[in-house]
Parts: sequence; structure tokens; C-alpha cells
Amino acid sequence: MATTTAKSTYLKGIVDSSPFILVIIPFASLFGLVATEAGLSVIETLTFSIVVIAGAAQFTALQLMQEQAPTLVVIISSLAVNLRMAMYSAALTPYIGAAPLWQRALAAYLTVDQSYVVSVAEYERRPEMSIPMRIAYFFGVVTPIVPLWYGFTFVGAYLGAWFPDGWALDFAIPITFLAMIAPMFRTLAHVVAALVAVVVSLMAAGIPYSLGLMVAGIVGMMAGAQTELWQERKRGRAE
Amino acid sequence: MIDKTTLWIVIIALGIGSFFLRFVFTGLVGSRAMPDWLLRHLRYTAVAILPALVAPQVIWPQATGGETEPARLAAACVTLLVGLLSKNVIAAILSGAFTLYGLLYLLG
Repeated sequence: MATTTAKSTYLKGIVDSSPFILVIIPFASLFGLVATEAGLSVIETLTFSIVVIAGAAQFTALQLMQEQAPTLVVIISSLAVNLRMAMYSAALTPYIGAAPLWQRALAAYLTVDQSYVVSVAEYERRPEMSIPMRIAYFFGVVTPIVPLWYGFTFVGAYLGAWFPDGWALDFAIPITFLAMIAPMFRTLAHVVAALVAVVVSLMAAGIPYSLGLMVAGIVGMMAGAQTELWQERKRGRAE
Repeated sequence: MIDKTTLWIVIIALGIGSFFLRFVFTGLVGSRAMPDWLLRHLRYTAVAILPALVAPQVIWPQATGGETEPARLAAACVTLLVGLLSKNVIAAILSGAFTLYGLLYLLG
């Protein structure tokens, strides 16, 4: 009985995350294409996607390596883009924190935007779920996503090897990022964080070793946090 | 060209670092609470870092040797606008790409 339940929960996870297939396929292909255009081999590109599985961080690293930024700056900037994974991890902990260590380790490796969003929504909807069911659901959610991330990185990289030069692919990364930023503007604080970061980054463009990016990122985060506090205080007074 | 040693150092460091970020709470911290000020800053990392990374590329693209260029600037504006209006990442990428190649072709 318990196995049937776990199995149907796993299948429900697959169904619930299947709309993301339409996002993962072009996104993974684009990474493969851009990476091989930047001079990576098919194997290097695929390894990158398997080891890191984080589109935004991978594109960031690629962009900065092309700009010949120092290795440490490449690593810190890309990890900064990935800091949201720590928040996902924090959000998942109350639900699956009591699962066996190996399951938590595997779930950690498979924590991406989609698995976090879909799983936490389901856990909140169905508080009665047992921990094995939650784990089964989580693995169901990643089943259509992660293998396609690997697979279409490979397809993109493979096609990239034949792609003609001079296709203005230099601009694929900025366009992808701009497209990803737009849905992040959920509150005024998010918009302020982005605007301040842009202004500081343009002013700091002359700072060597791409350190202007670090400065801009930190100042932007502080601006977002302060805006949030200010709005909370304002709301507190209004009530 | 990207140096191969740098590339492998970056891949391995990002792999370990990303796993650590994903495992830090689920695996290590358990259900202990994080300080509010830290969470408040973490919320804005991606939305600050990504625009800061893109802005100089949009205004001073490498491909043109740092000269501001109308097709790339227009493509960036269209992408952001479509993204804001539709909240659809793929639609935004496609409109940006269409604008870029359309204008590059027209401006020849």
C-alpha cells in the first residue's frame, strides 16, 4: 500500500513539473550552443551542466571567463548568483529535513528553481504528506527536468560545433539574463535592488578584475534589503 | 579564448560551491532559524548581480570593441519589456533575438 502511494506521488511530481520541459529544452540548448561558441568542447560543456546544474550561474561563469576576469572573481560572482539555492535549501528543510542523509544529499544536488517552486507549493497544499511521500514527489518533479538539462546541453553543444561564426551570439547571454530578470521584479525592493546595482556597475566599470560587479551586487542587495525594511516600517505606521 | 586550466578550476569550484549552498540547510543546519538580516539580503542577490553583470555588456558590447550599438541596445530593451509584460522567459528571449537579428540585417 505504502509503495503504491509513493509511486503515485512520484508520478504526480512528474506531471506537475512537466510544463517546465518547454523552458528547459531551449535554455539548455542555448547554454550548450553558447559554451561551444566560447571555445569549450562538447565534453567540457556537458560536464559543466552535470556538475553545476544551474543555468544562471553557468552563463555568468562563461561570460566572465570570456572577459578574462580573474578565476576567483568568476567563482565568487557565479556562486553569488547561486546564493538563492541556499534559500531554497532553507525553505525545503522543514519538509524533508528528517529524511535519511543520502536522500537529503541527492535532493540537495537536485535543488533547482523548478524543483523548489513546485515541491514547496505542493508541501504547503498537502501538509499531511509523509516524509517518504515528500521525497518521492521531489524526485518526481526533477525527473523531467534534470535529464533534459543534461541532454539538451549536449544537443546544443553538438550543434554549436557546426554553427557558423558571426551570428552575434556574444549577445545571447545578455538577452537570456534580461529575460530572466524581468519575472524577478516581484516587489518595489526587487526593482530598487536591480536599478541600484545597474547604476553602480556602470559607474564601477573601470575598476579592474571585474570587481565592480562584486561592489555593484553588494550595494544592490543592501538597497533591496533597506527598501524592504523601509516598506515594512511604513506599513507598520499605516496600520 | 578561455584557458583550459581556469575552466576546470571554475567547473570544479562551482560544482562544490553550488552543492554546498544547496546542502547547507537541508543537510547540515537542520531546522535551526537563520538571522533575518541575512535572509533579507539573500533575497536580492540574483536580482542585483544579474543586472549588474548585463548592464555594461548592453551599453558597451565587447563585439563592437565597446562602442554603443543600436541593434544590441534595442534588443536589450525589447527583451526586458517583453519579459516584464509577459513574465515569459522564452517569449522574451525570442523577441530579443528577433529584434537583434532583424536590426543587424536592416542596418547591415
